[in-house]
Formats: sequence, C-alpha cells, structure tokens
Amino acid sequence: MEFFVQQFLNGLQLGSLYALIALGYTMVYGVLLLINFAHGDIFMVGAFLGVFGSMVLGLPFVPTLILSMVLTGLLGVGIERVAYKPLRHASRLSAVITALGVGLLLENGMLALTGADPRSYPADFIQTKVYNLGGVSISNVKIIIIVLAFALFMGLYTIVQRTKWGMAMRAISYDKFAVPLMGVSQDQIISLTFLLGTGLAAAGGILWGVAFPVLNPYMGLRVGWKAFIAAVVGGIGDIRGAAAGGLLLGFIEIFVPAYGKSIGISSTWRDPIAFGLLLIILVVRPTGLFGVARRQKV
Amino acid sequence: MSKRLITVVLTLAVLAGALGSLPTPATAQDDCDFADSIYIGVIAPLTGDIPKVGQSTVEAAEMAVDEINADCGLEIDGDNYKVEIIVEDNESKAESSVAVATRLIVEEDVLAIIGPQSSKQAVPTGQVANDRETPMISPWSTNPNTTLDRPWVFRVAFLDPFQGPVMANFVKAEFDAKTAAVLYDVASDYPKGLAENFRDAAEEAGIEIVAFESFTTGDTDFSSQLTNIIDANPDVLFTPQYYNEVPLIVQQARELGFENPIVGSDSWGTPDLLDLCGDACNGLFFSTHYAPDIATEVGQRFIQAYEERYGAKPDDVAALTYDAFQLLFTAIENAQSLDKADVRDALASIELFEGVTGIMSFDEQGDPIKCAVIIQIKDGKFTYYDSACPAGFPPEDMGG
Repeated sequence: MEFFVQQFLNGLQLGSLYALIALGYTMVYGVLLLINFAHGDIFMVGAFLGVFGSMVLGLPFVPTLILSMVLTGLLGVGIERVAYKPLRHASRLSAVITALGVGLLLENGMLALTGADPRSYPADFIQTKVYNLGGVSISNVKIIIIVLAFALFMGLYTIVQRTKWGMAMRAISYDKFAVPLMGVSQDQIISLTFLLGTGLAAAGGILWGVAFPVLNPYMGLRVGWKAFIAAVVGGIGDIRGAAAGGLLLGFIEIFVPAYGKSIGISSTWRDPIAFGLLLIILVVRPTGLFGVARRQKV
Repeated sequence: MSKRLITVVLTLAVLAGALGSLPTPATAQDDCDFADSIYIGVIAPLTGDIPKVGQSTVEAAEMAVDEINADCGLEIDGDNYKVEIIVEDNESKAESSVAVATRLIVEEDVLAIIGPQSSKQAVPTGQVANDRETPMISPWSTNPNTTLDRPWVFRVAFLDPFQGPVMANFVKAEFDAKTAAVLYDVASDYPKGLAENFRDAAEEAGIEIVAFESFTTGDTDFSSQLTNIIDANPDVLFTPQYYNEVPLIVQQARELGFENPIVGSDSWGTPDLLDLCGDACNGLFFSTHYAPDIATEVGQRFIQAYEERYGAKPDDVAALTYDAFQLLFTAIENAQSLDKADVRDALASIELFEGVTGIMSFDEQGDPIKCAVIIQIKDGKFTYYDSACPAGFPPEDMGG
C-alpha cells in the first residue's frame, strides 16, 4: 500500500508538470489551430529565466517564478507577433514550419548565450525537506509542484470559463470569422492566449528545474514532445483535456516500471508501453479524451 | 546583378583564404626547423549532454601539442615534424562521431585519432578507425567493445570488467554489503556494460542484487525506479551514470527516503558534479582513473602545468587525454615512421609506460593494464580514498 501511494505521488508530480506544459499547446491550438512546436523551447527559456532570476538577481522562489512567467509570457506574445501573425492567412504548414524554426532559434540562441554546461538553481532556492508519513516519503518540493500546478490550472480554467476574455477566447476558437464582426479584437485575444500559455510553460519550466535540477538548452525537446502528445490524447483544444492527458502520461510513465516487473516486463519497456497505450486511446477516440469532432466548414 | 554576385563570392573566398592561412597562435617555435606537419584528429563532445568532458579533452590536447612543439615537435629520421590537431565536435552522439571520424580520415588524412571519450561514441567510431586502418586511442572509454578484436584501436582507461569487480569488492569491504541495487541507462553502452559487470562481480562476491532497474538516455525522472529499489531495501545502490544524471538520481533517492550509500564509477569524476549535486553527494564513493592528491612526479608536473595554463585542476578526462597524446608521441618516435601501420605496431608494443594516470602496458586487445583509485566526495572535493590494482601489477621493481 505504501508502495502504491508512493508511486501515485511520483506520478502526480510528473503528470502535473506535463499538464502545465500541455496547457500551452492546447490553448494555442484551440485559438489558432496552430501546433506551436516552439512551446517546448519556450518552456526551456522559462526555466533558464528562473536561473537568471535566482542566480544573477538573487531573488527567492516566488518572485523568480513571477518574473519568469511574465518575461516568458511577453516573449510568447512577441514570438506570435513577429513569427506567426504574418503567416496567419498562409497555409497551416508554413506556420508549423515557422514554429519549428522558432524552437531551433531559441534552443541554439540559449546555447550560444549560456554555453552547454548544465545549470541548476541555488541550494537555498527551495530547501528540500523530506517528510515520512507511515512509510511514504514526501518532500516539500513534491507538495509545492502538485499544489501549484493544480492552482494554476484552476486559475486558467476560471479565466477561460468565467471571464469575458475567456469567453472571447472560446468564441474565436468556435468561429474566428464571426467574432471580429462582434467587435472583439482578434489580435488582442490571440496575444492573451500566448501570454497565458507561455506563462504557464514558464511556471512548468521552473517547477521542472526544481524537481530535476540539471537544466540545459535542449531540455525542452523531449518534454515538449511528451506534453504535445499529452495534449493530443486529452483532446487538443480543450484545457481539461490537456490536464487529463498530462496526468495520464505521468501516471503511465511511473506505473509501468513500478508494476511491470512483477509481470515480467522490465523498465526498458516503459516508453513503448506508455505510447502504445496512448495510441490505443487515440484509435478508440480519435479526438482525444475531451475532444469533440470539428465539422469542417466548406 | 551577376557582377555584384561575383564580387561577393570573390570577397568571401579571399576572406576565407586569409582566415584559413592565419598562423596558429603561440605554438610555433622560431628556432625549430619543421620539415612538415603531422595531423592528429581529436573527437570530443563539445556540445550535447556532457560538454565539460569535451572542454577537458580539448584543453589537455592543446597543452600536450603545445608542449611537444615547444620542444621542436617529433623527430623522425633527423627531421622535425610539427604536431597539429584537428578538433571535431561529436555532439555526444554516436552518429555524429562516426561521421566526423570518417571525415578526419578520408578528407583530412590524419595520422591517428584521439577520442571519442564516451563508450557510446567510441564503440561505433572504433569500427570506422579499424576499417580504415587508422590508429585510434580513446582516452576515457571503458566498455570492452571499443577495442575488442580491433587491432587499430587502443585506449588509456581501464576496462569495465575490471572496474565492476573493483566496486563490488569495495562495497563488500567498506559497507559489509549483503544486498545491492543497480540503476543504469540501458540505452548507453558504458552504463549498461558496467552495470552488468558490477552485477556479475557482486554475485560472485556473495552480494545479492535485489533490484536491477534501468531508464533511457535523457530521462530526468527516476522516481518510479527508485521507489522500486527502495522497496527492495538494498544495502547499497550502484549507479554508473554521467555527471549530469548522478545529481538527479542522488537527490531523488534521498527525497524518496533512501538513506544507504550510493556508489558510482569513473563517469562521476567531472568537477561539475560537485556544483550540480551540492550537499546531497557528500560522502559518496566512486572508482576512477587517477586522484590528483596522490599523483606521481609525472602527474604532479602535468597538474601544475595544467593549473597554470587553465586555472583549474585537471579532471580524469584531461589526464587520460594527455596520456593518450604521450602514448601516441612515444609510439611515433619509436616507430621512426609516419606510416599508420608502423605507428600501430609501435603503440601495441609499448610497455610499462609511466603516464599521469599511472603505469600501464597494453595487452593484446589494445587495453591498458593499470590500477584504479577509489575517490570519496568530501567537503565539496574529490578526495583519494583507496587504490585497487590487477593481481601482480605493477611489477615490484617499478615501485608504483
């Protein structure tokens, strides 16, 4: 039982991180129908801005988190203005390729700027404390990650469901031609989407860096791919789906090595099984867990 | 329009030519009369997962070459030859490593190759060097397959089948370990080979392996595997991983409540480990090639020169790379020839060479016979703890 609870907490931590990053993919796709492949690298920039805030400016955890979220959010808005907006009426393929290019630019730009040496946050950024509750070890880092990820998701969900801005976002996602006719500025809503999505990626980056304190400019690649897959499995375009997909992927990645051994599957099989299961979900529900089929308007 | 284009192309060509012909700085000695140059290829992971390893490689290589050139290079049949290195980045990837090795041999026509460092790149690259009959010395690779049945490939590091038992015997003697667990990267030659060597040696020494868990390169979350390991309650955890992974493994193990010793191998020995891991790694042990605090005379000279030049203590990669160059220089001068086959034969017949990392001879596979040291991480420093040598080596009269 302790074993299960321990592994459940491990999965919850990893899944929360995937979910935070998946949210950005899903929001941008929902509004622009663009797969923002630079998102994983934006996540990396967020983590590195955390290093900047904590090491160079010497800020504690919360101010660093806010600083990185704001700066990365603005970077996201800037990227949209410079790289994606001119292509809004071009083919979707051009925009996706541009996104890949932006990702490479961020990656290699960061490599040139900071070098290839791995970084980490200062030791007093979050002093790790380990609590032992009846055979289950839980650290304050795990609690912070899980609670903060949940709070950020609830905050985003409230914005999208309860505010006028959120309503405009959903409306653009529903019909991007009619909404501007109602006097809603499409540009502003798109900027807001990028601000929120990339801000969450930055939060994900810093929390990732706290949980796994070896940061390098390529860290966003794998994480980005996995979060994208989580978003697709959850039903891309729906933020509940991104959260569910992220958690699902996190749990599968933890539970396959945890229980595979007892049925003769070594931990090497984690990825094939994880992604095999996700494929099966997509075969059964091609639009993902929360997705609804979009009817193509002709 | 086309005229302008031609101008641009011409300007670029002239610029490139001018830059290419710039004299290499500092090294050329005015009073030496060089007949020609000898080109040696260096393959290092300058970018990718372990850039520090690449940096140490290049620093040691440049130092070795500058020293020999200041001494009027290598003398062959009365002529002095200047040594020049061509450095290639393998991005810490096997495929890039194979590509640059082929390029160095075919296009640059190098006499020999020093590198690559990690077994993941050294194993496939050794095949290229062997097929194209070019001597290659991998300073740091410890996986047997790098040199196995490849007469053209040598190395300076000891082998994992030696290192595995060293650590197995160490944990038995030091911690009286009855059970052990292993966590390793199944997708990388070095950790995988060493994990298996350790497992076999431990079982032979009467230590039960209660968990043998793996992950794949690039993973950062080991919590699931570590929870399995903690569930099996081993006396000690062995993890032969690189310096960018060890801090994550150690910190996560501690966060999950594992309090027993964690031990490792020579891939731990990059000083960046100390910064990344902080207090969590204090007191842990690993086996490696040399310890600066017990260096011999040859070693002291190297450490002092390196510190003067780069302002930092050389790590094991730098020491082994430097030794690789000295072995190659010795072989070329012994061969008195610039023929690749002669240099290979001379390398193979080197005996009891005294390098920075100790005394070594090559066996018939091109692997050195030498000792290992055990290092403890103490107060944020790598500190010598113990030595472990093959039976009957070095011979008594060497006094080593």
